[in-house]
Amino acid sequence: MGFLSNILNLGLVVAGIRIAIPILLAGLGGLFTLQANILNIGMEGMMLFGAWAGVFVSYMTGSVWLALLAAVGVGLLAAVIFGLFGVRYRCNIIVAGMGLNLFAGAFTMYLLRSIFRTRGSLSDPRIVGVPTLTLPVIDKIPFLGPLLSGHSLLVYVAFVLVAVVHYFLYRTPTGLRIRAVGEHAEAARSVGVDPARVQFLAVLISGAFSGLAGAYLSLAQLRMFVENMVSGRGFIALAAIYFGRGTPVGTLVAALIFGLAEALSMRLQTLGFPSQFMLMIPYVVTVAVLIVVSRLAAVPRRLKLPSFTEEARE
Amino acid sequence: MAQEELVRLEGIEKSFGSVRANRSVNLTVRRGTIHALIGENGAGKTTLMKILFGLERPDAGSIYYAGRKVEITSPQQAMALGIGMVHQHFMLVPSLTVAENVVLGHEPQQGLHLDRQAARRLVQEIATRYGLAVDPDARVRDLSVGLEQRVEIIKALSRGAELLILDEPTAVLTPQETEELFRVLKSMVAQGKTLIFISHKLKEVLAISDAITVMRAGEVVGNLKTAETNEAELARLMVGRPVLLRVEKGDARPGQPALEVRDLWVADRRGLPAVRGLSFTLRRGEILGIAGVEGNGQTELVEALSGLRSIERGEVEKDGRSLKGLSVAAIRRAGVAHIPEDRFRRGLCGQATILENMIAGEHYGMPFARRGIIDWKEAAAFTETLVKEYRIKIGSIYDPASSLSGGNAQKLVVAREFSRAADVLLVSQPTRGVDIGAIEFIHRSLVAKRDAGAAILLVSADLQEVLSLSDRILVLYEGEFTAELDPKTTSEEEIGLYMSGARRMDLRAKAGGISA
Repeated sequence: MGFLSNILNLGLVVAGIRIAIPILLAGLGGLFTLQANILNIGMEGMMLFGAWAGVFVSYMTGSVWLALLAAVGVGLLAAVIFGLFGVRYRCNIIVAGMGLNLFAGAFTMYLLRSIFRTRGSLSDPRIVGVPTLTLPVIDKIPFLGPLLSGHSLLVYVAFVLVAVVHYFLYRTPTGLRIRAVGEHAEAARSVGVDPARVQFLAVLISGAFSGLAGAYLSLAQLRMFVENMVSGRGFIALAAIYFGRGTPVGTLVAALIFGLAEALSMRLQTLGFPSQFMLMIPYVVTVAVLIVVSRLAAVPRRLKLPSFTEEARE
Repeated sequence: MAQEELVRLEGIEKSFGSVRANRSVNLTVRRGTIHALIGENGAGKTTLMKILFGLERPDAGSIYYAGRKVEITSPQQAMALGIGMVHQHFMLVPSLTVAENVVLGHEPQQGLHLDRQAARRLVQEIATRYGLAVDPDARVRDLSVGLEQRVEIIKALSRGAELLILDEPTAVLTPQETEELFRVLKSMVAQGKTLIFISHKLKEVLAISDAITVMRAGEVVGNLKTAETNEAELARLMVGRPVLLRVEKGDARPGQPALEVRDLWVADRRGLPAVRGLSFTLRRGEILGIAGVEGNGQTELVEALSGLRSIERGEVEKDGRSLKGLSVAAIRRAGVAHIPEDRFRRGLCGQATILENMIAGEHYGMPFARRGIIDWKEAAAFTETLVKEYRIKIGSIYDPASSLSGGNAQKLVVAREFSRAADVLLVSQPTRGVDIGAIEFIHRSLVAKRDAGAAILLVSADLQEVLSLSDRILVLYEGEFTAELDPKTTSEEEIGLYMSGARRMDLRAKAGGISA
């Protein structure tokens, strides 16, 4: 009992939520691309650019707000590159995405070395992080206090965005058009909706969200930039979107599952379990969940054969 | 009393590469009439309408709408003028509701969000006005084809269409649904709308239209008043020579059973039962026609018999030997040939050459291959012979199959399948999208195969085809047979009743089930 409660406790849940946030943020934007039928594997690179831009602007200006703005802006810029190649000029979307990811890794590394003359990582007291929020009253309540209060501002923003994205996707004309384009582009075109424009818009939304997700990593979780610090979260976000079938709430659930899995893996490592195996947990969970989801989607309802007695009655 | 003119096309020219799809075409449509545009496939009807709707730009010529000369460069512009089009393939998003589909692209807004109430009201209003009853909150994926078509019409009307172009609207409907559609069309015209009705079904054209324009090979060859013409004249104009609308054939002499199907169950793509316990016997020397509205299990039935789809339950035997669970190749080796409904998806490989397509399936053995090496000379000689015999119009046998027109592509499939030593032929929609000349040819070939002792299963959405070719007709409705009919004594109307499930024979009661 004591051993288990060492592993499974409130701290694990809180850690899980915090790890889930960048996946959730990127996923909320990325689900627009899934809905618009764009395979967006460029989120990894967009996030890295966002992480870099956040740290850079925070370091230079000392303003975390400008830094967040810059992260979103640079995420958008990365999305423009991805959109130009992948949507506007219709080159292979996988190549466009991989290209963006490789470019982001190399270019941020280059900037780090040429501007700061340093390798590996940049941490400096001048980098201002995203403030945390202490909720009055609630933080005094046992259990709920540590669960709900004291998180980074972006954690609350992310949860609010779930509702915003849901509203936008299902209640606005633009949301309707995105869903229509993703399912039947020709039908949309025939009523004067330009599929390429709508898809580009979806990519842009994804870029803005990914930029913010990157900034969360570098300014809320760490307050430093590390080369290739996104390390697969863009892809996990993609998995979360598929798990959630492109819905905001589904993506939230998926991000939380993945966050908890990673928190669990970290917890088990500190308790002396072999880290080689524990590090695998988030990825094993990702694969397992995706298999379960695809089975659920693919398994046809059993062929219903009416019994002959039933037929004979007619 | 001549109505005022609404549309005038003058000297329209349009070429695609070396093909002249429209040659100085003139067309005048009067307000408040139903104007039929008829012609064989490839005659240029659809191209002309695409030009009017802004989907294609003419190389030369002018368009006048309501007395003004207009340039139509996009469908949006056409819609702004008041021109709407109901495409042959519906442009609807399945997972969205009827109302959402109708307002897509011109959504009513209330503040930031979509005004669903207004969208619903819009649908209701148009539906009531023209008798197009449909539930605005239903998801399009749950609708029947007939209802989907209504949604398309509502969509066009909701955009203020005064002139509505209907591209082969009855191709997917039962006779009863067609009647319903005609009722709606008449009520639209009574309320001042103008309709252009593209078709190649002469009977329907005669029943519904006020005026008829006939096109052939890109040119207008006739402008007629419906009241002053008849089926024979229209057919002659369309083809340029008198056509036999009935297939000449002698009586069938059914022989031994070739294919026995017992209690066959097949699932569709989604895993739902599409074929529900079908039993029948196909004999040598007969053409067994399967009539039915598309989507009632025909595709699944033929795919199961040819090995493309797995059989959930039941038995299929050819000459006493079970075909169940065999691969496509094994079934073909057992003497079953298959002309699939979609020649470019199943029947041919578009990127491969005509030669490669012609030997496909036999390429691994004699006489086309020896010890695993293809004898291209032998294959080319074989292909050239068949191309000549079936009069397939091609550039070279080394051109890709995708370069062929619909009719010639179909002839290629027919030639390949007929050249196999097969005595059971599964034939699906053999003449869809094929010109009348090729239709005659394919029909004669099928009858010749029958007379040579082959057993032929014919699936067609074209009732006239089923009626004129078959020796026996089974009507398929929701995966079950609702009737067995004799083509000599039945009529399109009677078949239609069984096709829509309105009537049903008690086939189980028949001694020995359904067999000849």
